[in-house]
Amino acid sequence: MNPEEAAAKSNPIEQFELHRLWPFEINGVETSFTNASLFMLLAALGVVALMILATSKKAIVPGRVQAMAEMLYEFVAGMVRQTAGTEGMKFFPFVFTLFAFILIANLIGLVPYTYSVTSQIVVTFAFAIVVISLVVVYGLYRHGFGFLNLFVPHGVPLPVLVVLVPIEIISFLSRPVSLSVRLFANILAGHITLAVFGGFVVMLLGAGAWAALAPVPILAIVALYALELLVACLQAFVFSVLTCVYLNDAIHPGH
Amino acid sequence: MAIISSAFAAEGEQTTHETVGAGEAHHEGVFPPFQTENFAPQIFWLVVIFGLLYVLMSRIALPRVGGIIENRGAKIASDLGAAREMQSKAQAAAAANDENLRRRRDEAQGIGREAQHKIAAESARQRALAESQAAEKIHAADERIASAKTQALANVEQIAVDAAASIVEKLTGAKIDQAALAKHATSSN
Repeated sequence: MNPEEAAAKSNPIEQFELHRLWPFEINGVETSFTNASLFMLLAALGVVALMILATSKKAIVPGRVQAMAEMLYEFVAGMVRQTAGTEGMKFFPFVFTLFAFILIANLIGLVPYTYSVTSQIVVTFAFAIVVISLVVVYGLYRHGFGFLNLFVPHGVPLPVLVVLVPIEIISFLSRPVSLSVRLFANILAGHITLAVFGGFVVMLLGAGAWAALAPVPILAIVALYALELLVACLQAFVFSVLTCVYLNDAIHPGH
Repeated sequence: MAIISSAFAAEGEQTTHETVGAGEAHHEGVFPPFQTENFAPQIFWLVVIFGLLYVLMSRIALPRVGGIIENRGAKIASDLGAAREMQSKAQAAAAANDENLRRRRDEAQGIGREAQHKIAAESARQRALAESQAAEKIHAADERIASAKTQALANVEQIAVDAAASIVEKLTGAKIDQAALAKHATSSN
């Protein structure tokens, strides 16, 4: 095998392609069940297995998996309470589902030959839109036009406000973009990097004496993989913390 | 080196595809995450799956886990309360026991003291009795001694009179009237 062929075979973008496993459409809109849908389902099933099957015994002294479920629960509950206050706890089920789903999806995506659900901008953007819609709808429902105080920081003189209010509005509007791109780009970049280094290994192995160098990119992959594990957890955390922060804005719009 | 540089070239090529979004790709040559025809199926399944997951979490999983944690907290609190109650009971029992012990000890000391007093009184009484008896005996003996002494003294007088009479008789050969001598002796006494 010559190096060019090997490089072509290990295309790092290929892993993000969608394969329609069960093509169908509803009212002319394509709703095929794809490999991405399959792994969404697996991530959801993972969450269900952790949170429902492992807790079915309701043991006072928990087993390992139940202890994990409880840790996750208390972690997210603490995060919501700290960031969005006690009133924010009404969004706890939403934030928890978001965090657990993204976390499990990210972790499943790190297993070779799986699909990373969160490497699709449309998925992360859908999440971001839901979060921002929730913030806007709840803010308007709770405070009416008072929600617009969000854009008017307290105790700032009028001339500064003229500049500041547009900035606040722009920053608010860019939230869904930054929220979705952060998660998407992190997962995407990590997977591309891993695939590229994997491609190096294949190329080196196919290049005669150069095969002796093949362990070098493998070591790099091991290190990167550890980093990606961190990124998978961290990005799920960042996404849900920011969700809490934005929800806090909806609950307490005055700065 | 040639291999590695070609690999970098390949990577460089791909990065251009990413940024430009027009590569050799399989479907339309668009970077897969940006292929718009992929959006609808993903959103549809995301809504379905995430919606179901949200319902399962908010209806079943979270109330259950919350309940487990709450139950555990309540159980620990009630167990601690029971333990605290038992402890206070044990302390009360220990205090009652101490009190009982103290009272019994006082009682025992009282009994001992009483017995001691009784014994002391008894021995004092007996000693007094013995002393009075002894005193009586001493008194009787004294009397006896005194009577014996007076008797002895009377005898001594008689003996002296006799001796004086016999001495005078031996020296002078004259008989002395013993009655007169005894009278004299008694008056000179």
